[in-house]
Order: sequence, then structure tokens, then C-alpha cells
Amino acid sequence: MVKIFMPVLFEKKQLVIPGELLAEGDYLPGENTYMEQNKIYSSRIGLVDTDNKKVNVVALRAFYVPKVGDIVIGTVIEVGFNGWTVDIKAPYTALLRASDVLSRPFKPQNDELSAVLAAGDLIVAKIASYDRAHDPQLTVGEPGLGKITRGQILHVTPTKIPRVIGRKGSMISMIKQETGCQIILGLNGVVLVTGKTLEEEELAITAIKKIEEESHTSGLTDRITQLLKESKVKVEENKIE
Amino acid sequence: MNEKPEKLIDKKGIRLDGRKADELRPLKLQVGVLSNADGSAYIEHGKNKILAAAFGPREMHPKHLSQPDKMVLRCRYHMAPFSVQERKSPAPSRREVELSKVIKECLEPALFLELYPRTGVDVFVEVLQADGGTRCASITAAALAIADAGVPMRDLVVACAAGKVDDTVVLDLYDAEDKLGAADVPVAYMPNLNAVTLLQMDGILTNEEFEKAMNMAIDGCKKIYEMQKEALKTKYMVVKEVGEE
Amino acid sequence: MSTPVTKVRLKQIEQLIAKGKRLDERGLHDYRPIKIEQGLIEKAEGSARIYLGKTEVLVGVKVGLGEPFEDTPNEGVLTVNAELVPIASPNFEPGPPNEDSIELARVVDRGIRESHAIDNEKLCIEPGKKVFVVFVDVYVLNHDGNLIDASALAAMAALLNTKMPNYEVKDGELKMKQGYTPLPVKSHPITVTMGKINNTLIVDPWIEEEQVMDSRISIAINEDGNICATQKGGSGYFTPQQILEATKIAQEKAAEMRKKLDW
Repeated sequence: MVKIFMPVLFEKKQLVIPGELLAEGDYLPGENTYMEQNKIYSSRIGLVDTDNKKVNVVALRAFYVPKVGDIVIGTVIEVGFNGWTVDIKAPYTALLRASDVLSRPFKPQNDELSAVLAAGDLIVAKIASYDRAHDPQLTVGEPGLGKITRGQILHVTPTKIPRVIGRKGSMISMIKQETGCQIILGLNGVVLVTGKTLEEEELAITAIKKIEEESHTSGLTDRITQLLKESKVKVEENKIE
Repeated sequence: MNEKPEKLIDKKGIRLDGRKADELRPLKLQVGVLSNADGSAYIEHGKNKILAAAFGPREMHPKHLSQPDKMVLRCRYHMAPFSVQERKSPAPSRREVELSKVIKECLEPALFLELYPRTGVDVFVEVLQADGGTRCASITAAALAIADAGVPMRDLVVACAAGKVDDTVVLDLYDAEDKLGAADVPVAYMPNLNAVTLLQMDGILTNEEFEKAMNMAIDGCKKIYEMQKEALKTKYMVVKEVGEE
Repeated sequence: MSTPVTKVRLKQIEQLIAKGKRLDERGLHDYRPIKIEQGLIEKAEGSARIYLGKTEVLVGVKVGLGEPFEDTPNEGVLTVNAELVPIASPNFEPGPPNEDSIELARVVDRGIRESHAIDNEKLCIEPGKKVFVVFVDVYVLNHDGNLIDASALAAMAALLNTKMPNYEVKDGELKMKQGYTPLPVKSHPITVTMGKINNTLIVDPWIEEEQVMDSRISIAINEDGNICATQKGGSGYFTPQQILEATKIAQEKAAEMRKKLDW
């Protein structure tokens, strides 16, 4: 039987909506697509492209789904009996066990959990476990994780985070360097920017927001570099005055 | 008291509101109109004005309503007291309860319920002004709100009604035609999968008339689907073009 | 909450249906055995009980007096309510009507109303002032599947059994006369419900089949063989072709039922 290689039905990076037929025949369903009777359809609003034989849709609108090992930034919602409930901007709330945070054996009667972390506190954590039957469990037991005490938070569509990171971290490294800020990118779309001055933090935030808006275009790295350099000049000028 | 018009469709085939038998009322669709909802849409269809909002997937409250192996869709169809001629009590009427149920059942087939177990998606439809065919317009807007919320879908759902006035099968009945006409057949449809997800009918139709009405409603659905696509692409195209230099 | 039907059983039902068979050895388009009794509640103006297989529904009709609606001053009023009482199923909870009982009531109502089964104008006592109000209360006593058809048949049978008190307006006063008049029923609609299991349509789904089916469609047929009400239910979908197939089956089965009941 001769295998017929049917052409895909779209242009590269065409905007597609749920239910649109993307390809028929010898293709594989990738991100944000599904297959039914040999036909591949989009399941979200996004930009479609092929990667070899795989048809992918980069979603323009999606929410974060937890994955074990992801670094996320969350807000403590509730202090419970043996841990905290944390909002990680996902369909599921996450749990942080007291035993994970306290370095000694945990005594529910004696230990005052709200003294350690209270509702409204921000934390950087890692997803330790997650499956279909259980809410994600967090851990802060690694360096760089724990309660956040300063900095600014911004929200980015989770699907754009990889673009903010850049190839091999090139984009985010550049922003950190040019702005002098510490930046933690939660894969759940929550970003923490900590700088020495407000201006530095604002600059980093502007750069990240620009990346989010223009994430699917080319020449972005250059434009961001330009933005950062121009703004830096302005900052210097202001300092001199 | 309004006088009952003698004929709902004249000899030339023109209806009381000036339309031909197979003509849709004017439609306007907008996506992403409510900043607090995860997804939202607004529809104007003839004199109908309806807002739809989607929240989720999120944890369900109360928790015991969640399902261990799938996502639950909840839907509330509600009419504002000022939406109809005689003020309507804000308490849910039996009609609103039934419509909430059939609308939920017509949107469910479009969702991948197994993907996010133990969560729920809540869809709220508020009819701000009603003039016949509100359940269809509500469905068209609700599907857009769900897509706008980033919930994965098999297809959009679009809805349109057909019916019979005097002895003619017509498309998209407005309020007077619905009340005085001989039959009304609302249909909800997933266009890429050729699937009817809502079908109701009241009135009396022969087999042939029923088939004609259903097919006419499906054709109407296909036309409205193109407008849904446009509305979604308009909102997200703006995002896309910002970067184009 | 009762234990759901086991996966093994559901698979068994699916496999049988694929072969054109059902667990109780019915054909795909066969109804379960039907038994209808009328007049068992003397205090009601009309009543009927149906056994559709093991599904049991009791309908009581009360006829009262009331004011007509503004836009139909010469017509009586029909109102249908349904109760899914807890004795009928471990899944029914006490409380006000939920969406299932409201849908059931409204679907039964539409079948009767749209087919003009009741001669509403004969229910008028004094135009614009006093008319008969017909209260149809559907009481589901045991749920073993297909509440819609059982309720619609029982409601129709109860209406056929209903007698209205006689009233006359004498010297501007409403007076009750002796004797009773049968409720003016001028036609007998029949509702046929089909479930869809893997693209096969089955008539009169039994409760375990209802757990396997992905959607259902109910079609009411009047005496001329025309369609007077339709309701799709459940979370699945039908292709347009399947809907047309369903209307043909409904017409066939309604005609059979009409003959069997002599309506």
C-alpha cells in the first residue's frame, strides 16, 4: 500500500481555533491537538506549526497544569492542621506539608504553623508529587526555595514562559544582566523580580511583558536587547541630573 | 394588549420584521469582555443581548460535587428581571432550570472531561434582553467563553433555531414568531464533527417539515460558526499583530 | 448514593447491543411489558398508574378553578409537575424539584400541550374570569429506566380518566351543579424515548442501559403521525441522520402503541 503523504491544511503559524481540522493522514497529534479517525484537530486557540510529522498548536490561551519537578510561585491560602494550602494558579490547589518545612519532628499541638507561613505569604516551591487522584504536593526543602520577602510579582501566560527563558536560558540571562535583577520564573506563570532599585525592577518587568506580547514573532531578542540598552541610558541620564 | 397580526409572513415571503424565510437576524459577537472571568463573550442576536462567562477548571465548591475521574461542567442560564416585557422575578423559574440543564448537556460533548478530574468548569449566562431564541444565542456565547478561558475543546458549539410560521418553514424565529408561530426547533451543533448536541421542538410538524427545519437550523449554525471564528480570531489576532513589524 | 453499575456489566450491555440484543432479550426497538390501571385514587379527579417493566409511575389529576391567563381568556390552564420521590431510587433525595424532575415535567407537558390533547376552550366557564385548572402531578414510584415515556403514558391515561365537576354561572354567581363531565380530551399524543449506545438507537432504555447510553432523544407523536415535541438529553450527541432515523422509529412505535392501547 502506498502511503499517501497528505499536505497539512494550514500555513505556518496560522491562528487556529478549537475544532479546526489541521491535518489528515500520516501525522501525529502534538500539543493542544487531538486525533479522531485519522484527522488531527486543534483543541485550543493558538498558532499551528509542524515539527517533522508532529502537528503542534502553541496555545495563546491556556492554564498551568502541574508537573513534578516544576518550580512554581504560589500564595498561601489557608493554614491547616498539618500544612498549608497554596494557590499556584492551576485547576488544583497545592499542599505544603509542615513536615517539609520544619526541620524537626512536627507536633500539631505545640507548633504554631501560622508563625512560619501565614495566609497571604508568597513562596517559591517545587512540585514534589502530583497525579490524577491527588492534589500537587509542594516542597521547599531545596536551596533557593522558601518564603518570598521582597520583590515584585507579575503574571505571565504559562505557555509564554519558555520564550522568556529563551534558548538555553539566553533571554532571561540577558535581562538579569542588563537590569541587575534576580528573577525567578515560576513555570505556573508567576514571576518574581527582585532588584536593588524600583527602576531596575520596572525595567525587567517591562521587558518580560514585551516578550509575552510578542512571543511568537521573530527578531524579538534584538528588540529586547535594544529596549534594555535604551532604557539603561535613560536611567543613567536621570541619575546624572 | 397587543393585537395578533393576521399573517406572520406575507405573499412575497417577507416576514413581519422584513426578513426572508431563510434569513438570520443581525448578529454581533465579542470575546473577552469581562476581566474577572477566565473566559467571556457577549452576543447581540436580533434584540437579544446576552453575556456569558466561564470560570475554571477549578476546584469545586461544594467539594462533594466533584467527580474523582472527570471534570464537571455546571451551567446557569438566568434572565435579568428587566430582560422581558413583564418584569420577571429574579428567582430561577422552571424554564430557566430546564434550559440550564439542556445547555450544559449541549456543551459537555465539546469538552475533554477526563483531562482534569476532580475539577469543575462553571458557565454563567445572563440574558440582559430577550427577544426569542435566547437559548441558542446563549449557547453560541457560552462556547466562546469556554474557548476564551483556555479550556481545551473538541469543537466550538453553535446554536440556531428554525420553525414554522403560517405554513412556511423559517429560520431564526424572533419573539413574536416564537409565540404565534406553529413550531420552534432550536438546534445546537458542533460544525467540524457534524454533531447535534441540543435538539428541542415544540409545535406540530410533519416529518418533512421537521427535516427541513432541522437542516435549515444547521445551515444557520454553520453561518453563525463563521462569525464565532471571526470573533475569536479578532481578539487573538490583535495579540498576534502587535509583534509584526 | 447507590453503587454504580459495574464496568463488567456495562461492557456486557455494550457488547450485546452491538449484536442487536439486550439483556432482557428484547429487540432493540421493543418496549418492556406495559400495564396501565386507571382510577385508583378516588379523591383525585383522575388518576392512572403505569408499570413499564419495573418502572412505576403514578399520575394524579386534580381539577380546580382559577383565572385564565391574560392572553388566552377563553382557555383553561394546564400545569404539569413531577416528583422524583426518594422511595423510587436510592439516588433520589427529598427536597424541591431538581433539574431532572423539572425537565421530566416540562417534557411531559409539551407532549400534551403542543398536540392540543385537551380541548382547552371547553374548560372555560366564564370567559376572562373563571376557567378550569388541570393539575397533572407525576409521581415516580420506582425508577427502572425511561421515566419520560412512562410518565407521558400515565399522564395521558390519567387525563382520560379525569372527570370535572359541573359548574354554571347563574345570576352572576358561580354554582356547582350535580354530576361530572369527562375532561375533553381530543387527541392522544405518544412519546417515544430512544437511547444511543455506540451509535445504535434503542427504544425504552432500562436503567442499566441508561448508564451506558451517551445520550437520549424523546419524540412526541400526535394522532396524525406528526411530531409535536422533541427533547434531546444527556451529554452525548447525534448526527442529523441519526435524528431523522429516530423520528422514523418514533412514528413506528407510536403507531404500534396507539393500536395496543386503543387510543
